[in-house]
Formats: sequence, structure tokens, C-alpha cells
Amino acid sequence: MGGKIFAVLVIVIAIASAVPIISHTFLGASVTPPEDISTHGAEIDKQLDETMVEAGLSFLAAQFVLGFFVWQFGGRKAGPLKNFPGGAKYLVLAAVLLVGAEAIALGALGTKAWARVYFQPASADALPIQVQAGQFAFYFRYAGPDGKFGVIHPEKIDEGNSNFFGLDPENDIPARDDITSGELVIPANKEIHLMMHAKDVGHSFYVRELRIQQDFVPGLDLSLHFTATKVGKYEIVCTQLCGLGHYNMKAYLNVMSQDDFDKWLKAQSQ
Amino acid sequence: MSEASPHAVHHAAPTGFIRKYVFSLDHKIIGLQYYALALVAVVTGMMLSWLMRIHLIAPNWPIPGLQFLSKVGAPGGVMTPEYYLSLMTMHGTLMVFFVLTNAPFAAFGNYFLPLQIGAEDMAFPRFNMMSFWTTFIAFCILISAFFVGDGPPLAGWTAYAPLSAVGKDSGPGEGLGQTLWALSIFVFCIASLLGALNFIATTLDLRTKGMTLARMPIVTWAWFITSCIALLAFAVLMPACLLLILDRVGGTSFFIPSGLNISDHIQPHQGGSPLLWQHLFWFFGHPEVYIAILPAIGIVSHILINSMRKPMLSNKVIIYCMMGIGFLSYMVWGHHMFLSGMNPFSALVFSFPTLMITIPATIMTLIWLGSLYGSNLRINAASLFCLGFISMFVSGGVSGFFLAQPSIDIYLHATYFVVGHFHMVMGVAAIFGIFAGTYFWFPKMTGHMMNETWGRLHFWFTFIGTYCIFMPFHYLGLAGNVRRYSAFTDDFLVPLLPVHKFITYSALFTGAAQLIFLCNLIYSRFKGPQATANPWEATSLEWSTPSSPPPFDNFGGQHPVVYHDPYQYGVQSSTADYLMQTSPERAGETP
Repeated sequence: MGGKIFAVLVIVIAIASAVPIISHTFLGASVTPPEDISTHGAEIDKQLDETMVEAGLSFLAAQFVLGFFVWQFGGRKAGPLKNFPGGAKYLVLAAVLLVGAEAIALGALGTKAWARVYFQPASADALPIQVQAGQFAFYFRYAGPDGKFGVIHPEKIDEGNSNFFGLDPENDIPARDDITSGELVIPANKEIHLMMHAKDVGHSFYVRELRIQQDFVPGLDLSLHFTATKVGKYEIVCTQLCGLGHYNMKAYLNVMSQDDFDKWLKAQSQ
Repeated sequence: MSEASPHAVHHAAPTGFIRKYVFSLDHKIIGLQYYALALVAVVTGMMLSWLMRIHLIAPNWPIPGLQFLSKVGAPGGVMTPEYYLSLMTMHGTLMVFFVLTNAPFAAFGNYFLPLQIGAEDMAFPRFNMMSFWTTFIAFCILISAFFVGDGPPLAGWTAYAPLSAVGKDSGPGEGLGQTLWALSIFVFCIASLLGALNFIATTLDLRTKGMTLARMPIVTWAWFITSCIALLAFAVLMPACLLLILDRVGGTSFFIPSGLNISDHIQPHQGGSPLLWQHLFWFFGHPEVYIAILPAIGIVSHILINSMRKPMLSNKVIIYCMMGIGFLSYMVWGHHMFLSGMNPFSALVFSFPTLMITIPATIMTLIWLGSLYGSNLRINAASLFCLGFISMFVSGGVSGFFLAQPSIDIYLHATYFVVGHFHMVMGVAAIFGIFAGTYFWFPKMTGHMMNETWGRLHFWFTFIGTYCIFMPFHYLGLAGNVRRYSAFTDDFLVPLLPVHKFITYSALFTGAAQLIFLCNLIYSRFKGPQATANPWEATSLEWSTPSSPPPFDNFGGQHPVVYHDPYQYGVQSSTADYLMQTSPERAGETP
């Protein structure tokens, strides 16, 4: 009896687990990645979908076989024992060939998506924006008309006087026209070169819609590049545990048309 | 120690209570002590998860009595965001170190490894006692963090630097609490190293006559392989913790770079690397996952064979797979760090062996499934938990396939998908192994049988409950729900609250269902029906001791002699359908 119950249960659980994945919804909430707004994200989504199909089928197959065998042999009156046809040899062979091939194929395919984000540097005409993560806010900096960023002096950081980056405009000419913002405003369809540094501890930059996530590592200057394709406002959240305000560390990504962006930038520098 | 025979009793049977039950040299008592400690840790860890789950769905609801645990962390019973993180840190640390490492490996391993190889005790009984009591001290140090000034650390069980390294400036809990955490883990590492050495020496030196390596049960192999992994893994974490302590109290800068402005203070450190901590931690951290799961794989295989009344399709393949996993576990630590800022090319180097781990894991699953075919599978609480383990191992395993790929990790990293993945495969699956082992070995450990009806009820509730908790974690992750948040205030996270409510209710239910197990454990220990020496008609040496529990020297002054492979089931013999390893009889034809 227990065997039969287990068999039914495991199959019901397997099907029930798959339903939200197929229907994209669970208890009324959408449980699927939001619409992609980047040029590189489609490849990541495709990779995710393909992995979902392969992993999902393996999951269902294994749970079903487990259910069937336990239904058939669980708690039965002791009868003659049988061995699985072919024994261990074919199972090992199947695992090595099928799973090995699957793993290599997925690994190789996924490399392309990864490479698009990480293996090429940002193009020369990408818009450079600096982002600083600190407990518990992001600040963004644009180079201003001179195209040069002022030097950062950590000891000069003074949030009370809005000197979030620790600039020294008195002695540092390029710093004078730098534009600082609490919101990441970018033009659509233009490559952005994000230069990342952390002020205090580790943080992370995550925008679901952009399919972008990258840690900030104190002491390391990291860079990231992406192109957003859709005008709108999206949330940037911190995904690396950074302290008590971690859950509340966020900023907005505001994607504008090039015209609107130019206007915004001009308004900022006045 | 006597040179004459490896089986000589190293110490006389104690008479006083203290030497018998407290500072005991007997591996069986030490095994039970580890089990009891793991039980205390798991109850504490589970309570913490309840508090976190309740806070997530009702952040402003005062939890009755919580203010007594921490006046600062939970004024009026309402948890602060930092206290949530502290509880999360303590939950992870307790569960990974004091439950998943202690119970399947140290507790069962201590009790049954010497029995299964026909030894009278561990190779170094004093070391053994020392390992347990050192672990106990580590546990006390960790728990004491609850009661210091600004509370337990909040940097997570991974304690990423510089958050964990710079001290008070980086937040509440990062004062003395974090130092105690690092000290506790440092001490824990010493204990685990001693234990692992002891297991290895015992396995290699104290096997009884006829017990060749090939005749060791799968679970003995699992403990042996785990010991080898533990020896290398804890040996890295221990110095890493020491460096972290030095950064915190000694003014060094191993993990802290220059120019950090934390809480308006320029930190007096320079030249360190936060990534160094991550590398050292995960070089331990990934093998640690297998330290938790390999003993469970061994336990489940061992019990399943007994329940199926026939050997696995191949014991050797399972043992080779465990070795393969152990070997690969040292080449994959970087998959925790795809987005950490290390060279993006190295992501591919770490991704490939990670994907390859799927191969031994799949082979083992197929061997288990294939072996079920044509068996006379007995259904009881122990075997149900083994079957549940296989189901969980598959469910938690396939999600690893996503996270092993750096491109997908860009989206899923640090989301609840990861939380679902590791809870299923190393948390729940390993705990199912512990439950299976408990139901199976309880008669040997106590001399009493556990109540079967309660055991089954416990399984049904736990099996359904854990799926209800951890499957939806994956859905949340796919929706991009970030982990380690004490509240979901972001616009895109608010619509996911119904899912969180469902998970919290499931967690409360499943946690409460564990009372069935706890009651069964305590009741059966005293009132359970008397167990015979071999109630499951098993073949391995732990069942050939003259009594349950075994006498002090395990085999009553005899040295068992082994004649067979460990799993002579489904054979024609004078006893029934099995032959014990100690039976000189030759089996009739196997079907």
C-alpha cells in the first residue's frame, strides 16, 4: 500500500511542479523572467529555455520511472528477483553519452551568450557612465562636456554636501563638470559602458529586464557594457549581501530616447 | 596502543557515568553525542527559518517572545532588517556545519564505520573524543554570538569580506558577533580535521580479517571518501578563518583593500583582496556540499539494497561515481563566483567540470532506478525516505544544470532559484538520508524499534511539505526574486508575495510535522518494542554484533571474519534470502 501511495504521490508532485513552469504562473503571480530589453538578453533567454526543456524532461522522466518501479515492485509479495535488462553497463553508457553530450552542447552554446557580455570590451563610441555602490545606494556619474571624469578621493566623500564620489573640483578641473545622479538615465539603442566601483563593501548590480548582473568588488574597477532597447523605467537592485539596508538598496534605470536623454543631460549640467 | 593486533581494545570499559557517557572514548557514544548535538542544532536552525519565513510575509507583526531573544534586534517582537540577516547567517551556519556535516558523517560514521569493518573502536579513540568536544566548543562559541552586545553576525554563512572583515563600521552584528563566528568555524575545522584523519586511519588500518576494501559496504566507502574530501577542504577553511580573525582583531589586511570609506570612516587597511576570501571560502565551500551529500548517498544505497533484497546493479560503479564527484568537487569552486569580478574566461574553466558532475550523478540515479526494477522492495519508513531521497536528489540536481552555466547564472545568480537548488539537493536530500539512517539503525543504536506508523506519517508529511516549500523557490528565482532580502519592497517583488505566503505556511506545517519524528524518537527510545540483533535481515557487520546496542567492544571479544561481499541478498541460503558477511556458508545460485 505504501509503495502505491508513494508512486502516485511522486508522479503527482512531478506534474504539479511542472505546471507553473509551463503556464508561467503560480498562485496568480507571474513566475517567469520579465520581457527582455537588451540586445544580448535573447541569447540568455534562449539558453534558459533550452536548459529548461532538457532539465525538465530529465526531471519528469526520472520521477515517472521512480514512480512506476515503486508502484510495480514496492511492497509486493516476495517473488523471483529480476535484473534490469542489460545491467549497469548500458545505463552507465547512456548516462555518459547522453548527459555528456547534453552538457557539452549546452556548455558550448551558452559560451556564446556569456562571451557577448564579457569577452568583448565596450566599443569606442559607447557612452561611459560611472557607477558607485555604497551602503545603501547607487550613484551614477557622467563625464560632462569635457568627456573626462574627475579623480575620486574616498576621504572626500561627503554625502551631506552631495559629494557622493569624493570629487575635488577646486583642484581637479575635469571634476568640475561631472554630473552626478541617483538614477541611471541612459539613451535607448546606444551602448553603455558602465564603470563600476564600490565605496565600502561588496554590492551587486542587477537589472532583471536587462539580463545583467555583476558584483562590485571593493578595490577592483570592473566594467560592463550593454545596450537597452526599450524606453521605460526599471529597477536596479543590489544582490550581494551588503548589510542591514541591503533589501532596500535600489535605484532606477531610466531608458529614454536619445533626444530626451540629451535634454536631460543638458538640464543636469546647468 | 598495542602493536600485536589491530583489533586490540585500546582502552578498558569505563565504569563511571562521566567516562561512560560524557567524556567517553567509545565511538558509539561519541556517535550518539554527535547525533544529539546535530538534533539540537537542527531544531535551533529550523526555528530560525520559521522566524525568517514569518517575518518575510508579515514584517511588522510582533512575534510573541522574540524580544526576549534580542531587545535590540527585535524591539517589541518586531524583527529589524539587520536581525533578519543575523538569523539567516546563524541558520545557514548551524545547518551546514553542525547538522549536514555532523549528522550523516560524524554521527553515523562514528557509530557504524568501526562496526561495519569489524573494528572494536576508532583508530584514535582519544582524538575521537577530542573531535566531539572541540565541535561542542565550536557550537557554544557560535551560539554565544546570540548573546553579545550587538548580536550575531549578518554577513551570511559565506561571510564575504570586506563586510565580514572590517568590524563594527560595516553594520550591527559585525562587531564581536562576527569574530565569534570566525572563531567558531576555525575551531570546527580543527575538530573536523581530527575526525577525518581518524576515519581514514580506521578504515585503512582496522579492518577485520577478510574485510578487503572491496568488501566494505557502500556507506563505509562513502564515509571514507568523505573523510578524504573533508581533510583537504577544512584544511583550507581553517587558515582562511584565521586570516579573517587577524583582519578583524590584528590589524592585518588580507581581505581588505585600501581606500574603503565605510560609515564615513576611511578604513586603516590596504592591499588586501576580497576575492581571496571568496576563493578560499569556496575552495572549501563546494567540497563541503559533497561532504554533506556523499554520506547520505551511501546511507541511502546501503538501506535501499537491504530493502530491495537484492544488490545494486553495480556497487563498484556507485563507489567510483562517489570518488569522481569527490575529485571534481575541487575543480568547480569558481562556479559560485561567475559574477564576482574574476576573469570572465575562468568562468568557462569552472563551468565545464561543473556540468561534468552531472555524469556521475546521473549514473548513480540510473543505477538506483535500474536496481529498483525487479526487486522485492520492502516499504517502511526507512525505505520511503530512501525513495524520497532519490526524488529530491533528482529535483535538486536538475536545477544545478542551470546554475552551472555562466550565461544563465547572469540572470539566476543570487535569486531564490539558487536557494531552492541547494536546499533541495544538499539540505533536504541529505536530511532524508539522515532520517532513513535513523529509522534503519535506531534498533541497533538503542535496542528498540521505532514506531512504523508514525514513521510513515512523518515521511508523507515531510515529503509533501518539503516539495511545497522548495519547489516554489525555483519559480521565485525565475521571476528574479533576489535572496537575502528581509522584506520585499521593490515594485517587482510585491506581486510575488502570495508565493512567499504559500512557502511560509508550508514551512510552518512541515516544521510542525517534525514533532512526530521527535516524539517517535524519544518515545521509542524508552518504550519501543525490543529489537532483535538483526531486525532488517541485513548482511553487513553492524548487524552481527551479539546485542543491540552492541557491547562495549562491539563484537563481544570475538573478531568477526568476513567471507563475502557486503550485499549477499536474494541468494539461497539456510537463513533466508540473505547471507551475512560473517557467514562461512556459500550461497546457492543467485537468481
